[in-house]
Amino acid sequence: MLTREGVLKDLQERFKGDIIDIFDKSPKRVYIGIKPEAIKKIAGYTFRDLGARFNIASGVDMRFHFEILYHFTVEDINLLISYRVKLDKAHPEIESLTSIFEASNWIEREMHEILGIHFKGHPDLRRLLLPDEWPDGVYPLRRDYKEWDSTAIRDRGVDR
Amino acid sequence: MTKTIIPIGPYHPLQEEPEFFSLTVEGEKVVAIDVRIGYNHRGIEKLSEMKTFDQSTFVIERICGICSTSHPFAYTQAVEDIIPVEVPDRAKYIRTIIAEGERIHSHLLWLGLAGHFLGYNTVYMWAWKLREEILDVMEILSGNRNNYAMFKPGGVRRDIKSEDIPGVLKKIDSIIPTLNMLKKAVADDPVLHARTKGIGILTKEEALSFGALGPTSRASGIARDVRKNAPYAAYDKTGWDMIVTQNGDVFDKVVLRVLEMFESIKIMKDCLLNLPSGEIDARIKDIPPGEGIGVHEAPRGETFHYVRSDGTNRPVRHKVRAPTFMNLPTYKATVVGEAISDATIILAAIDPCYCCTERMAVRDVKGKKIYTGEDLIRLSQEKTEKLREKYKR
Repeated sequence: MLTREGVLKDLQERFKGDIIDIFDKSPKRVYIGIKPEAIKKIAGYTFRDLGARFNIASGVDMRFHFEILYHFTVEDINLLISYRVKLDKAHPEIESLTSIFEASNWIEREMHEILGIHFKGHPDLRRLLLPDEWPDGVYPLRRDYKEWDSTAIRDRGVDR
Repeated sequence: MTKTIIPIGPYHPLQEEPEFFSLTVEGEKVVAIDVRIGYNHRGIEKLSEMKTFDQSTFVIERICGICSTSHPFAYTQAVEDIIPVEVPDRAKYIRTIIAEGERIHSHLLWLGLAGHFLGYNTVYMWAWKLREEILDVMEILSGNRNNYAMFKPGGVRRDIKSEDIPGVLKKIDSIIPTLNMLKKAVADDPVLHARTKGIGILTKEEALSFGALGPTSRASGIARDVRKNAPYAAYDKTGWDMIVTQNGDVFDKVVLRVLEMFESIKIMKDCLLNLPSGEIDARIKDIPPGEGIGVHEAPRGETFHYVRSDGTNRPVRHKVRAPTFMNLPTYKATVVGEAISDATIILAAIDPCYCCTERMAVRDVKGKKIYTGEDLIRLSQEKTEKLREKYKR
């Protein structure tokens, strides 16, 4: 029988060296900062052994580093665990989780194209959302993004 | 045998939203499938970062014309999670009523489309006719058929008048006989059985790996519903059952959605009858730095919003994850190995989210505008008032 305290204690003991900090926000939410190289191990354990569901991952450009939050829900105890990893801005790279569960396939493709994060071991890092004519190396959700298309609707004005 | 690639899309008459499927077939059997999306990428996450927290509610309401309440529902809960703040009870009930009304009309819309995809247009006509009734209910309650604009961080924007409630209840009751007829039609019709039973099976293991959500996962025997697993709004205060079916084929998804509509009616009536009195808004003033997550069980599955605030009046990051993002990739498991004629209904069975709301202008033959924007607003307000009068007692 899973309990909230049991799950958190178990994670802390099992991944002692990989967990950086735990932020216990509310009864339903907990944020755990982990080392990027441990993501596959921890995500695999959360998915297989805790029976959690992978909600989604969300990437953020934080000026000095990239941050990815991997959100998992443990439905039996109504707890949403978000693993936070920080990635180096010069070489944003992390292990892909697609070999553990299919659910991360598309979101990794999405983060790859809009934030420019590389996922090692992803089977198919093609473009997902951006159009074919979008230039390589331009990432729309990065802070330093500049409008590159002079015909973009926003610049055209309403009259034309 | 030689392989042939059949392209479907990006613009084709069945799926209203642009998407491109390439089916690799051997004879009639599909052996591989690939999808390309993003033809209608609007950059709403970026857009939301340029708006204030209140404005974002309206922007994201326009993500989808069908589940237009689901996104604001999840978003407002995410913002409330940042602060954190407790929403007044009356607002919780009103939110639940609107969300369930939306589920009924969304499932009816899907049922009609499913019938249409199968070439069974009678189902399509009946379901969409019935959908009009529930849209009238939504118009009486919120003033709009879609895009209800009822939500705001901290509560709801518009109250439900107590004199409207008896008429609304009567109208909801009036759709039950037709819904029963549809249920019976699904259960008895041999053509529907032949076309959908054992077709496009998604096994439990596959559903877990793909992280399938909503009806797509519940039809594969996974008891997964945010409304039950992580109750919010008034879902833990009303009596209702989670519908779960076991086979994972298209038929089970049809049955599940039909049965879910009865549960939604139950929740809606329960909430309308027991609507508590009091405030409808918690009056949020400042949003402190921090992050919040909001989830809501939309008609198609869990909608997930992640919002980060840095203490200003705009979100610095707003991640939107619609249920179809998780459900659509299951085509890899369901379509391969099936006949090409079944591919459309299997792809439609996850209820991919269509958004096709447009603006309107009425012109006479010489091209002169008869109605201006203000006239149209006046006309629509007059129509809403007429509806309200008609169904009062």
